Amino acid sequence: MQVTLIWATLAAILTLAVYSFLYKDNPFYKFAEHLVVGVSAAYYLVIYYYNFIDPNVISPIFKLEFGGAPIRILGMQWWMALIPGLLGLLLYARFFPKIGWVSRWALGIYVGGYSGLEIAPVMQARVLDQIRGGSLPLVVPHDPSTSFTNILLVVGLLGTLTYFFFSLKHKGVLGVLARIGIVYIMVGFGASFGYTVMSRISLLIGRVDFLRQVADSWIQWLAT
Amino acid sequence: MGLLEKFLQIDRRWIFLAIAIAVVVPFFLPMGLPVVVTKPVRDLYNAVDAIPPNSEPLFISVDYAPSTIPELDPMTLAVLRHAFSKDIRVVALTLDPAGYGLAERALESVAREYGKERNKDYVYLGFQPGIAAVVLGMGTDIKGVFPEDAYGTPLSEIPMMDGIRNYDQIPLLITMASSGVIEAWVIYAHQPYGARIGAGVTAVMATDYYPFLDTGQLVGLLGGMRGAAEYEELIKHPDAGVRGMDSQSVIHVLIIVLIVLGNIAYFGSKKRSQEAKEPAA
Repeated sequence: MQVTLIWATLAAILTLAVYSFLYKDNPFYKFAEHLVVGVSAAYYLVIYYYNFIDPNVISPIFKLEFGGAPIRILGMQWWMALIPGLLGLLLYARFFPKIGWVSRWALGIYVGGYSGLEIAPVMQARVLDQIRGGSLPLVVPHDPSTSFTNILLVVGLLGTLTYFFFSLKHKGVLGVLARIGIVYIMVGFGASFGYTVMSRISLLIGRVDFLRQVADSWIQWLAT
Repeated sequence: MGLLEKFLQIDRRWIFLAIAIAVVVPFFLPMGLPVVVTKPVRDLYNAVDAIPPNSEPLFISVDYAPSTIPELDPMTLAVLRHAFSKDIRVVALTLDPAGYGLAERALESVAREYGKERNKDYVYLGFQPGIAAVVLGMGTDIKGVFPEDAYGTPLSEIPMMDGIRNYDQIPLLITMASSGVIEAWVIYAHQPYGARIGAGVTAVMATDYYPFLDTGQLVGLLGGMRGAAEYEELIKHPDAGVRGMDSQSVIHVLIIVLIVLGNIAYFGSKKRSQEAKEPAA
């Protein structure tokens, strides 16, 4: 018997163990659940240690090499690893109430750095480009289909923005626009729900397809 | 208890059973329902198709974990098949630690199908943590972020990577993402460096990224298993995506029927209980 078939069969059994929860909670489900949690934790620990902690913190500080790989430049690499490494360690100070406040230094640098990195491009991607994308001509000559789509989009955009404008009472024109806005929001929720159903069912389809493949492999193995 | 009340109190395990039957039966009795290709999928296909063979490589970032394999694996395989069938070079990487083995498996299996050689036709860079730092770093020096490939070969010793310095030499980067990492590619690669980004996402995420598509920040978008099926149709290589679409269609009909019946039962029983409360005239 092929080794891959043994592993695939084990995976199939675990899949069935997880789905057995749909009938009711049981020890097979519990076993599979705990196995996933344990294996995942170990996997992530190893991956992060060997891909992140070791090459970026441990190796540069404790395994200094003269004339090693080009990026292992003595001095620069050493300090660049030590300072963030110490800042990372400071985050754990919160487990000790007396010096817990020290963790805020590292957190402050982290938040400040990320804010600096994010503000301009996020503003561009999430706001400015979206305004540009929403600024469409309502009438496109000789193209009624595009005109109709653009009108739908602009009306929806204005309606939805109006719905979230709380400084004036939603009466008159504002009220009509807000009502149109809520219709668009509901359509949006409906689309999201439809996609969510599709996504969850896809996972089930994937598992069923996998079980079918395992069954096929068994039939082929038994036939040979 | 009337029929309507009985329907509202049905044991949900009957619904699970109905769903299971609706998923399983089309696998044994395929209906071959048509898959209509939508514009976002065709746009991504055209963007890949426009890359000249044996020139600057297509980058694929496999940013998903095993929990989303049924949706994102078929997309990755379809895009890789498209690229290799047209002799387009591929560089794969992952920003998700759980994506390390998935990317390798997909790349190796499709490369074998098309007789492609590692470090000549494709390169696997492996995993690098720190999403923002990696994406930003690739904008200035890819070899600084990934000094070696996943197997320890320095990129400077891989001829395929000669002259590939940053996003200027990447005609297209496609992220197959099951998390918000797609936004990092848009924010840190497209916005500051003008990188051309395409994406494949799980269906549950798809609606979040249509605004990026409409504003040109994404070249194309594959949404869920359906997106994968459409891409498989375009490359004329039906696989897991197309195979799953029959079940998907049957399930959707079943859920629509259940929603309609549930609403009829809910409003019917509500009306009946109101009538029962009203005093006899």
